[in-house]
Amino acid sequence: MAALEIHNVSKDFGSERVLKDVSISIDSGEFLILVGPSGCGKSTLMNAIAGLEPVTSGNIYIDGEDVTWRPPADRDIAMVFQSYALYPSMTVRQNISFGLEMRKVPKPEREAAVERVADLLQITPLLERKPSQLSGGQRQRVAMGRALAREPKVYLFDEPLSNLDAKLRVDMRTEIKKLHQRLGTTIVYVTHDQVEAMTLADCIAVMRDGHILQLGSPDEVYNNPVDMFVAGFMGSPSMNFISAMLERDGDDYAVRIATPNEEDLCLPWPTARVTDAMTEQLGKPVILGLRPEHFSEEDERLSAQAEGTLLHASVTVVEPTGADILLRLPLGEQEVTARVGPKCAVSPGERLALRVDMARAILFNAETEKRLA
Amino acid sequence: MKNTSTARAGHPAPRASTLSGWQAWLPRLVLAPSVAISLFFVYGFMLWTFILSLTSSRMLPSYDFVGFGQYARLMQNERWWVASTNLMIFGSLFVVICLVIGVLLAMLLDQKIRQEGALRTIYLYPMALSFIVTGVVWKWLLNPSLGIQAMVRSWGFESFRFDWLVDSDMVIYTLVIAAVWQASGFVMALFLAGLRGIDDSIIKAAQLDGASLPRVYWRVVMPCLRPVVFSAVMILAHIAIKSFDLVVALTGGGPGYASDLPATFMYAHAFNRAQIGLGSASAMLMLGGVLAILIPYLYSELRSRRHG
Amino acid sequence: MANVIRRQTLAARVSRLAVYSVLILAALFYLLPLAVMLMTSVKPLSEISAGTLLTLPQNPTLAPWTKAWGEACTGMRCDGVGGYFWNSFAIVIPAVLISTTIGALNGYALTKWRFKGSELVFALMLFGCFIPFQVVLLPMAQTLGWLGISSSRAGLVLVHVVFGIAFTTLFFRNFYVGIPNELVSAAKLDGAGFFRIFWRILLPVSTPIIVVSVIWQFTQIWNDFLFGVAFSAHNTQPVTVALNNLVNTSTGVREYNVDMAAAMIAALPTLVVYVLAGKYFVRGLTAGSVKG
Repeated sequence: MAALEIHNVSKDFGSERVLKDVSISIDSGEFLILVGPSGCGKSTLMNAIAGLEPVTSGNIYIDGEDVTWRPPADRDIAMVFQSYALYPSMTVRQNISFGLEMRKVPKPEREAAVERVADLLQITPLLERKPSQLSGGQRQRVAMGRALAREPKVYLFDEPLSNLDAKLRVDMRTEIKKLHQRLGTTIVYVTHDQVEAMTLADCIAVMRDGHILQLGSPDEVYNNPVDMFVAGFMGSPSMNFISAMLERDGDDYAVRIATPNEEDLCLPWPTARVTDAMTEQLGKPVILGLRPEHFSEEDERLSAQAEGTLLHASVTVVEPTGADILLRLPLGEQEVTARVGPKCAVSPGERLALRVDMARAILFNAETEKRLA
Repeated sequence: MKNTSTARAGHPAPRASTLSGWQAWLPRLVLAPSVAISLFFVYGFMLWTFILSLTSSRMLPSYDFVGFGQYARLMQNERWWVASTNLMIFGSLFVVICLVIGVLLAMLLDQKIRQEGALRTIYLYPMALSFIVTGVVWKWLLNPSLGIQAMVRSWGFESFRFDWLVDSDMVIYTLVIAAVWQASGFVMALFLAGLRGIDDSIIKAAQLDGASLPRVYWRVVMPCLRPVVFSAVMILAHIAIKSFDLVVALTGGGPGYASDLPATFMYAHAFNRAQIGLGSASAMLMLGGVLAILIPYLYSELRSRRHG
Repeated sequence: MANVIRRQTLAARVSRLAVYSVLILAALFYLLPLAVMLMTSVKPLSEISAGTLLTLPQNPTLAPWTKAWGEACTGMRCDGVGGYFWNSFAIVIPAVLISTTIGALNGYALTKWRFKGSELVFALMLFGCFIPFQVVLLPMAQTLGWLGISSSRAGLVLVHVVFGIAFTTLFFRNFYVGIPNELVSAAKLDGAGFFRIFWRILLPVSTPIIVVSVIWQFTQIWNDFLFGVAFSAHNTQPVTVALNNLVNTSTGVREYNVDMAAAMIAALPTLVVYVLAGKYFVRGLTAGSVKG
């Protein structure tokens, strides 16, 4: 049975519809991430699940029970807030046990729960402190502890890491992942950080303007995006979008990129990847989507068996990141980003031979921005 | 509301009563007494006073309507015109002088002054006093035979005159002096808070651009303080229109009725001279005066909030 | 080069001196009335007519104070302002407590439990801060009569509560707007209800605004004259009304020292509050006036 099922949920604020017929279902123990730019409705959806905001239509089921019109306290969920929302006048211990106290859990059990959670999150030495005496990372732990103490059916995390500095964010991310693996909890997690989404999720829902654009595993969302928005949103640096024309010569399809002052660049499309949608777009403008890692530096020793199409371009910017190097170079009328190995010795202005892995390239309809192939 | 409930026809209970039960009504229940109080004691009373102003009430309220007769009487009443003119003079001088002193003191205090806290405390304490106390003190200071005039004369300036308190042409300015003494420190506090709210780096940037300090204040800082000026004017004008206790304690409205303000006019007619109808009409005109200041203020406030 | 720098520092020193002189002169302007009031209140009458405002008291005496407190004539009666001083407290304390409590609950309901029209409710109540009270005097007098509490302390408490909640609501609303709504959401998820969230979560962090509200209401009500003079009888007058009567009683010799002592007595409570909690006083003034 689904631990959480959202069924055709819509939500209006005044005349504006901020959630449009959203449906999601996740199993017990699954980690669902809602991701999207600010204003896409992900936080509203979260609040709807929590019961903090009534929905306009649709239903929400937790563990098979319809909770659509139940108050937040009766839904058996816990939430970790972006601002942590620790009660400022209470100690850490009181913060963690408050929810149990409200549920009239006897004191010894409350104490046991606090000990268990504090132990799990290694915050035992902080129990008697007030939230104002804690660092950002410690507050974050306490906020999670407060959620864990109640052992609810579903956990909601609303951008829990966005107030931490970069290093702490990575540490806590790992910790949340470990916790999930260890406790097998059902989690709905909102973020606008696509790295968090990729690393944590079993299942990602990419949202925009109140719609769910794509619901799938991180691998699916990354490698098989349904449209240009999802493709551009996931991945950093983001996917390069290149305007091109789709052509056909017999059974062979090719993508032609108009290049100013030079001969047009023609990239053959792998025959195995031709789809029906493509044939309808023949002779029409399309968008070629290439991720930075779809480029690779030409290695002469391997060039004989190397796959992909060779292209030459003069590099405009070289950005070494340590692990690899990001290059900016003109392709057609755009400038694209390519990721090459750290050993690549190239300086701005130099001409470089790069291979493009067309087997992983993605083709979009230039008008609808939907995926063609 | 209607169409959403049909959209959920399958659900037996309406949203408000199930989602958070009677909790959803608690906030409204808690606010209800205050709303009722406000509707009755503020809006109801305003209407009531308006109705009284349309009657011929004298000693006791009667509901014998005479239309706008009381307003017409008011317009022909010499004392009302003195009171209104006085309010214009008092109000504009009070507002302008308080602003000038307040801005000046705030800017000077903002120059990393030693003992700033002590000075601020001294400038502001009159605001903690009752206008009655202020009136009593200044009545003593301005008393010609024992106050400042007598003191300066005792220093050898025999011809020195400072007898405004008993001079019906000048008495209105004594109100200005006392009111400025009481409220200018408060304006200083408003501006100082405004100055402290300005980002330091703006001032540094302007100085690096080569502007002198007075110029920085005039060109860069003052424009940032425009909202403060606006609310200060609003509050001061409001104090001026409401001024009642100060007049009662300092001049008693005298000599004669030379220092009457609308607030004292209203009180005198409604409570002492058995002219309830006329008093109500003057109260309504005071309300009109406040609204004339308040509405543009609220309008701009709301607009700026919507835009920003 | 060295010359130039020295000239600059000289100019800087001169302007610094000017700044300090202006500030100190201003301080004298504000302090002088208080100093004169205090000095006059401890001089015997003979010294007042012989000297000037600034003559220091030669034989300081507390007699004017005791007379102002217990014997001076305020209108018909001659029992000083002492009784009225306690009257003021008897009016101020309940009025402050009630209006602050109501304001806190209103502010909480308006910010943390918004509903359709809650902004309108706030605007409706806020207007009460602005009206000139002359416009409510006559209906209020009649209403107090109907309620059977005209000229009583209870009546004055009611008046001050009614016209005070607009301010206290404003204070608490503006304070609670700054408290994250997520705290309330978290408490709702934890299972707490309307009053429990207020009591356990909001109230413990409200100390600063409670102090502001109490101080503001205390000074406003203590310093009130209009309602006091309009709605009190001789035995229920607040001290401001008594002080005004004392100063304007025209029987016998004018005792300026007694007048000043009575003024000091009437001013002391608010001055003490100001000195002890000036920071909150200023915050109240600015919050009460600069809305939002």
